Amino acid sequence: MFAYYFQLGLRSLRRNPILTALMVMAIGFGVAASMTTYSVFRATSNNPIPQKSSQLFAVQIDNWGPEDNDKGEPASSLNYTDSIALMKAHKAKRQTALYPVGLAAVPADANLLPFRTNGYAVYGDAFPMFDMPFLYGGGWSSAEDDGHAAVVVIARSINDKLFNGANSVGREINLDGHNYRVTGVLDSWDPKPLFFDPVNTSGFDDPVDLFIPFTRAIELKMSTNGNNNCNKNPGDGWDAWLHSECIWAQFWVEAPSKADVDTYRQFLQGYAAEQQRAGRFHWAPNVRTRDVMDWLDHQNVVPAESKISLLVAMGFLLICLVNTVGLLLAKFMRRAPEIGVRRALGASRREIYGQFLIEAGTVGLAGGLLGLLLTGLGVFGVSLVFDPKIARLATLDASLVALTMLVAVLATVLAAFYPTWRAAQVQPAWQLKSN
Amino acid sequence: MQIKPILSALRQHKAGTVLIAMQIALTLAIVCNALFIIQQRLAHLSEPSGIDETHLFVVENQWVGKPSPDQLDAQIRADLSALRQLSSVQDASVSNSYPLHGGGWDDGLKLKPDQANATTEAAIYFADEHMLATLGLKLIAGRNFRADEIGHMGIRDALAPPVIVITKALAEKLFPSVDGHANAALGKTVYLMSNRTTIIGIVDQLQSQSVARWAADFAHRSVLVPLRLVSPQGTYYLIQAKPGQLDAAMHAAEPTLLAQSRKRVISDKDGLLSFAEVRAHAYDSDYGMAVLMGIVCVVLLAITAAGIVGLTSFWVGQRRRQIGVRRALGATRRDILSYFMTENLLISSGGALLGVLLAVTMNLWLVIRFEMQHLSLLYVFIGVAILLLLGQCAVLAPAMRAAQVSPVEATRTV
Repeated sequence: MFAYYFQLGLRSLRRNPILTALMVMAIGFGVAASMTTYSVFRATSNNPIPQKSSQLFAVQIDNWGPEDNDKGEPASSLNYTDSIALMKAHKAKRQTALYPVGLAAVPADANLLPFRTNGYAVYGDAFPMFDMPFLYGGGWSSAEDDGHAAVVVIARSINDKLFNGANSVGREINLDGHNYRVTGVLDSWDPKPLFFDPVNTSGFDDPVDLFIPFTRAIELKMSTNGNNNCNKNPGDGWDAWLHSECIWAQFWVEAPSKADVDTYRQFLQGYAAEQQRAGRFHWAPNVRTRDVMDWLDHQNVVPAESKISLLVAMGFLLICLVNTVGLLLAKFMRRAPEIGVRRALGASRREIYGQFLIEAGTVGLAGGLLGLLLTGLGVFGVSLVFDPKIARLATLDASLVALTMLVAVLATVLAAFYPTWRAAQVQPAWQLKSN
Repeated sequence: MQIKPILSALRQHKAGTVLIAMQIALTLAIVCNALFIIQQRLAHLSEPSGIDETHLFVVENQWVGKPSPDQLDAQIRADLSALRQLSSVQDASVSNSYPLHGGGWDDGLKLKPDQANATTEAAIYFADEHMLATLGLKLIAGRNFRADEIGHMGIRDALAPPVIVITKALAEKLFPSVDGHANAALGKTVYLMSNRTTIIGIVDQLQSQSVARWAADFAHRSVLVPLRLVSPQGTYYLIQAKPGQLDAAMHAAEPTLLAQSRKRVISDKDGLLSFAEVRAHAYDSDYGMAVLMGIVCVVLLAITAAGIVGLTSFWVGQRRRQIGVRRALGATRRDILSYFMTENLLISSGGALLGVLLAVTMNLWLVIRFEMQHLSLLYVFIGVAILLLLGQCAVLAPAMRAAQVSPVEATRTV
């Protein structure tokens, strides 16, 4: 019976071509608009490290107090004093302070010009913490952290550029006039959004090129390449700045279980209380630990544009569906005499339901196909509307294709319930009489 | 035209009536808000920067190695004099950032050293005596920096310029005067990061480094400090080309700088940007949003119109006999036409009424959720007018077909 109704549905599509075309277009446009904007939303609200996102926590400590903090919320970065204190305390399974550094790589060949790299100063724990995949070698040890060692982990792209893709572990590269020994080469690794530093990036900037030890970067007096915020005049010179309350470092800990997180939060409370007792903080402890998704949400990584356009597109789809309800009603009620005849010949209401819902399904299918085509165009054209860095991430993959078809068919069938109910209410006697 | 018979006829078509009204209401809600978003974004991106952008370009220069502050300062001065000597270049200057760049330095300004909270935040631009000419800034009071006033500082040194030049917007914020003259600020002392400084000049307009929301509070409040920032992280050369010679100047800049020294990085990707590119990049999300909302409006209106055409055609088909009867009883074609037009106007007005409520609700939600501004009533009126007109246009074709129904139809049984 399904196949027969499906065939009837297809035939009926051809019977009122204009009405059908209107419905198919409405569904096609509605679905395409919502799927295109959804593809962007999906990319920006992506979980970049699903296997560990609930075990990694960004740490916030309020070192500015109620006068300078953001309505009671601690700032998004830490100062040097707190970062180092937390590193020394070593209370989590793994932990790292980090900040962006902009180093120029100087190729050995003097004919080649130096180039800019996008780097991070981190502790050795960062590599296992963030699940970074290595092509060659590995990260550095905590002894090398303590010894301010001149070591570096480079991305595959840098290895290709400087060493033609060969295993470069143990070889040296020159960054801003200093030599660093390569301990590892990362395989392609480009989490989007860049969860460990949405504060200094939009979350969707260029991939990270290299990592050097935090301790080494401080020894060389490398200032952050990202934001530095001061609530008070830090004074003159590097040392004054380093030991000021200016904030510029991110701090991450790995806490595998709920109990570990609670323990760590208690430790942070205790640390802040200790600072209060020592007279550095004149306010009650105000600390936060946020896991990856919570942190990305707190940092508003999903652009407002993406949210608003998804919302508008959903409204658009709703209007298209209301439109479809009306057109289906017109289409079905036009066939009242036909329904009357079928009912008189013994078809139950149930069968009328079946027939018309399947017919609506075929409309949805046709709308879905058009929607798919338009979504393809939409995803292609997303770069005209959104930042190219974000637009690049919106793709039409198998799951989006399936979702597009599903939404189209489901929405149309849903829209068909009322018109179908009306069709099933047709009184056979009345229809037969009036004709 | 009598409205009563239309209303009683509509009672026979409750579902269709409600559907059209709902569609109009929802469309109105979205179109009003979309038009408002378009207007907001366009207003944002057409804000003047206060600088002469046509022949301006920017070189982002990162230093290699760690030259000492004095070495770096000497290098920057040599670079600038080489750039200024280029035949295609009008003038050149150096800074830590520039308007629309996205990031930069901002600090609080205080009127008294012991003041708890800053009077206002302001964008800090490092500048030399060529900055005003390079950016084409209009000095409205006081004077420019003299060459001998320009010093240099490292990124972690204290920012303590003895004199500053500020924008009119900042002057008015710091020293509001009764007659609206910015001159009131001239010669006054203010505190920049608790360091005492004197205002020696006021320029008409200079936008801050970011057009994002976080910088909106101090959008045009800028300070020029007579310092070259010697930071290994980077230096921005701002270069004003001679009229018509922007391309030539942009081509010449990088080789000229590399001839001075090769210990620098000028990125292939964004090391060299014309100000038109800077502007496009700063506002790409605003522009994109305006385009997207425009497309949404057009498609939405088309779909709503199509829906009205579809349902009205169905009604006309259903009522052919009744129309025939009316015609046979003496109604003119005009009467039939105006019947359907009035019917649509009634339904649309009902929908529009509900739509206004929805539009305002949706806007309130956007205000709370995304800190958008309150919808101005003008956009609601425009939206209502568009939708009523759209309904009338959409109903015209089916109504005209209805008017063509001949009185003979009344006698047909099928």
